[in-house]
Amino acid sequence: MSLKPILATLLVALLAAVVSLPARAQDDATTERELERYRQMLKDDPWSNPGLLDADKGEALWKEKRGPKSASLEGCDLGKGPGVVDGAFAELPRYFKDTDRVMDAETRIVWCMETLQGFPRAEILKRPVSKANQQGTELEALATFVASKSRGAKFNAPVAHAKEREALALGEAAFYRRQGPMDFSCATCHGDAGRRIRLQPLPYFAKPEEAKKVVGEWPAYRVSQGTVMTMQHRLADCFWQMRLPLVDYASDLTVALTSYLVSQAKGGEITAPSIKR
Amino acid sequence: MHRLILIPCLLAVAVSAGSALAQKKGRPSPQAVDKLVEDGFKTAAPDWKVRLVQDETQKACTASRNEPAEAGAAAIRRREKATIKYPEDGNLLGDWKKGEALAQSGYGWRYTDYPPRQANGGNCYACHQLDKKELSYGTLGPSLAEYGKIRKFAEPAVKFVYEHIYNPQASQPCGNMPRFGTSGFLTMDQIKDIVAYVMSPDSPVNK
Ligand code: HEC
Ligand code: HEC
Repeated sequence: MSLKPILATLLVALLAAVVSLPARAQDDATTERELERYRQMLKDDPWSNPGLLDADKGEALWKEKRGPKSASLEGCDLGKGPGVVDGAFAELPRYFKDTDRVMDAETRIVWCMETLQGFPRAEILKRPVSKANQQGTELEALATFVASKSRGAKFNAPVAHAKEREALALGEAAFYRRQGPMDFSCATCHGDAGRRIRLQPLPYFAKPEEAKKVVGEWPAYRVSQGTVMTMQHRLADCFWQMRLPLVDYASDLTVALTSYLVSQAKGGEITAPSIKR
Repeated sequence: MHRLILIPCLLAVAVSAGSALAQKKGRPSPQAVDKLVEDGFKTAAPDWKVRLVQDETQKACTASRNEPAEAGAAAIRRREKATIKYPEDGNLLGDWKKGEALAQSGYGWRYTDYPPRQANGGNCYACHQLDKKELSYGTLGPSLAEYGKIRKFAEPAVKFVYEHIYNPQASQPCGNMPRFGTSGFLTMDQIKDIVAYVMSPDSPVNK
């Protein structure tokens, strides 16, 4: 046992104290300043990041022989060849010939668990992501591990294949599609600079500088939830706010939206797992 | 034979391309996007899937990225205005205290909100400043602080606020505010209560 878990627990407690103050009584500038202070603290001591516990858990899961086929995920091809994890996340989503589909990291991990380890898809997708204050899921840990292996790299997802270009164009179009009882599209809340919902700042994804700042932060440890949240989960949460049904995990829709976000963030640094409110 | 069929088809394509639904070069067709969205919710129940289907206004706003050409904008205004229903007694002002609670609440119609545990809320604070004492407000819409006072509590302003909550697209085609009355998300009485919160002299919004 190292100091890591203890430091992480301390940090979580500190963050929880900041975030659980009655939001309404709090000036938004103060909230932002506090979160910024903790982000700085993480920069000074990266090991105090609670999300790294999930990355560690994910690494152990990655290497463990599991499933009906009793295999590890070390043979998983994330796009840079079987077994290559370093830097792979920075080049996802991408087209995979074996599935004839564009896949993001999470979709690919599901596929590897299915094919290499023999887990039934339904079982993998039974509880892909955790609810607030629940124990994190295996998929969350695995995705955090894979992303963490691209820390410091810059987003550079390929757009050479026709299907990659198609996913990107569809993702962009889906971003602007208005639907549901509230008439929301993603752009309703993320379509202008400097806007907020209540006190939460809303990134403006059409602007590459803003996309670069936040897209590489996911999967992120969410202080308000006490667990890591992946990009697939983040998108599901936004669809929930839009009063739409629960979006299918690892669907072409969520992958296409991720292609769009990552393309807007091209050249942005991957800092996952980061800390979010 | 084939050519004869093709010509009207081409004409139809040309005509629709000239309309507000014109598809920008390089963008996927609306049908392709519809399919992507539909396929993203395969596991959803049928009564939920209907929420993915766009009405005419949503289609026009999507196609124009919320900047409909004048003719399209006029059509939206006309269509949306026709959906607004008014109280029979003509009184548009309800109870501002109830309106305050509704302006604060974002409850309703999310999949975690079933079976309903409370009334739907208007969530005005998510997007607007209202009572200046409330510091937790969003900025997707303009500030409504002292909205009634600034307008001298005048009757046309009361009517405008009622209509704007009921259906903002009657005056702001493709605006970002939800059509709370037309969608059935808020009842007429709830809308009246919120109008009072924005427009009555006693309301903290106007202090
Ligand atoms: C009703 C408003 C709303 C809509 C519509 C919406 N979002 Fe969000 N989104 C939010 C909020 C609130 C947050 C959290 C912001 C925060 O914590 O500062 C957020 C966060 C995000 C983030 C993470 C941003 C960050 O700071 O790291 C992404 C990515 C995102 N949304 C994508 C989308 C996409 C894609 C869609 C459309 C499918 C969408 N959102 C629709 C409100 C919305
Ligand atoms: C999702 C964000 C959102 C929500 C929620 C919302 N609004 Fe708005 N509202 C807007 C936007 C954007 C505008 C400006 C465009 C327009 O007029 O539609 C606006 C405009 C208005 C205006 C017209 C202001 C003027 O004179 O120009 C009024 C009045 C108003 N809103 C009241 C409300 C009330 C009351 C509620 C709660 C029931 C509410 N809004 C909820 C986004 C929102």
